[in-house]
Amino acid sequence: MRGLSGNRTSVGPLDYIHQGWMKLTLGLSFVFLYSPLLILVIFSFNDSRRNIVWRGFTTKYYEKAWNNDGLIEAFANSLTIAFFCTIISTILGAMVALLLWRFRFPLKGGYEGAMTLPIVIPEICMGVAMMAFFSRVGWSSGLVWPFNLSAITIAHISFCFPFVAVIVRARLANFNLELEEAAKDLGASEWQFFRDIMIPFMKPGLIAGALLAFTLSLDDFVITFFTSGPDTVTLPVKIYSMVRFSVTPEINAASTVLIVITLLLTTIALWLQSRAGQKLGH
Amino acid sequence: MLGIPPGIWLTVFFIIPLSLIWLFSFGEKRGLVDIDLTWTMTNYVRAMDPLYLQIFLKSFWFAGITTLVCLLVAFPIAIAITFAPSRIRPILLLLVILPFWTNLLIRTYALIAVLRTKGYVNFGLEYLWDGLHAILLFFGMDPSGLIGERFTPAPLLYNNFAVVFGLVYVHLPFMVLPLYASLDRMDRSYLEASLDLGATQLRTFLSITVPLAMPGIISGVIITFIPALGSFLTPDLLGGTDSQMIANVIERQFKSANDWPFGSALSFILMYITFFVLAARALFSKRGSSMEAG
Repeated sequence: MRGLSGNRTSVGPLDYIHQGWMKLTLGLSFVFLYSPLLILVIFSFNDSRRNIVWRGFTTKYYEKAWNNDGLIEAFANSLTIAFFCTIISTILGAMVALLLWRFRFPLKGGYEGAMTLPIVIPEICMGVAMMAFFSRVGWSSGLVWPFNLSAITIAHISFCFPFVAVIVRARLANFNLELEEAAKDLGASEWQFFRDIMIPFMKPGLIAGALLAFTLSLDDFVITFFTSGPDTVTLPVKIYSMVRFSVTPEINAASTVLIVITLLLTTIALWLQSRAGQKLGH
Repeated sequence: MLGIPPGIWLTVFFIIPLSLIWLFSFGEKRGLVDIDLTWTMTNYVRAMDPLYLQIFLKSFWFAGITTLVCLLVAFPIAIAITFAPSRIRPILLLLVILPFWTNLLIRTYALIAVLRTKGYVNFGLEYLWDGLHAILLFFGMDPSGLIGERFTPAPLLYNNFAVVFGLVYVHLPFMVLPLYASLDRMDRSYLEASLDLGATQLRTFLSITVPLAMPGIISGVIITFIPALGSFLTPDLLGGTDSQMIANVIERQFKSANDWPFGSALSFILMYITFFVLAARALFSKRGSSMEAG
């Protein structure tokens, strides 16, 4: 369909991007989207507490954040939760994806619908439900580290693995079924086929899904806010309480670290996915 | 076999917690922590109290304006990306998505520094004011009558404006992506035909582009409206006392007010609204596709 109008070399009436107002809109939109974040990052290096006029470059707020025990503990908690959440979510998500891709079974629509519920319901509802559940079950929060983080980790897995399932399933949709016939013809057992064909094929999807789960877990505030206790604070919850207290360059420094980690992981995930897509194209 | 572990996980750590607050919403508070399940409807009746009804209306109003502003801002962005050279298109798309991957809390916090009384917007306004002041003095006019004695910072934070601004900032990528997806699929020869036959750009946009992009518009409106309606952080950090949304009331019932049955009822009303919007969308898209087939 697009081939009919694929001639993009001539500057015609459809060349909206080359019209001044379009460029202006695009430019202003990116200024709108990026300037608050850029200002936040730039002023984490600003040598002034008032945080508004540039007074010279400093990394002292990073040092200060590094020496803030509460902040570092929260960061360690966040990474621990994200680590366990990623492992379990990836396994559960891959299972859902394989099941929905490969098998037909009664109530499949219902199962599929239930698996998308954690993606669609408002975060606040899931947060309060988790809070009510863990307090009613009497989930112990007085355990030793890292077991005291189990409630938050469980809540994170519940909303992360459906996302992993979506990503892995998108990957599986491109699977060439002839590969299975070939493998079985050549005498591979179900297990061999799974280990030598399916797992390698799913790998880019699994990695992208795992990175997504890690970022979602690391970034989550609302659901964690309802499941965390005084001893189980994560980085976003800690930043939230600092923001409520006062706006300081130290928060900018902690935020910048979190932004960099997230952007790095996302870029890797996107790169892996596009590379996998390109391989398919050849 | 494969479906059992995730199924169990979802049941135990998702369906049961939701069922629990569903039951709570029909219960009554007894003492500090005890809730008696009496199948009472009082919690739902209380949610219809003008005080809470007003907050629901306000949430709809905020989410509605946010969706509309996002649609108006996102449409030119989506068109520009669609018609950009294919070389830079992925870069533009990535630029739209990247902020979306940044932590919601951090994005909201970044806005505080921009909007507050001594923030960057007011800093810029003060700079302009000073300039204007100097120009007026230069021309021998009395500035105090025209622009006031002193610069008064614009109240941009802790009010309804800040909440809507924050919601638009956070949800804009949600609107751009589905619009782009449907515009990208559009057959451009329709646009060429329309322009060839003498229609203006505006006429072409309204009679060709908008109808063809309708599935994307509907998806965008829904995936912007639903999270905006249930927003907690944006009104919490950027809003004033009178710009609370429904999620803030729910949070208060579960934390400081400690009235779980009422908070549960409010949560379920919010969820029913979400499901209603999604169901309406599903119905709409089914009808749309059957019309296309016919």
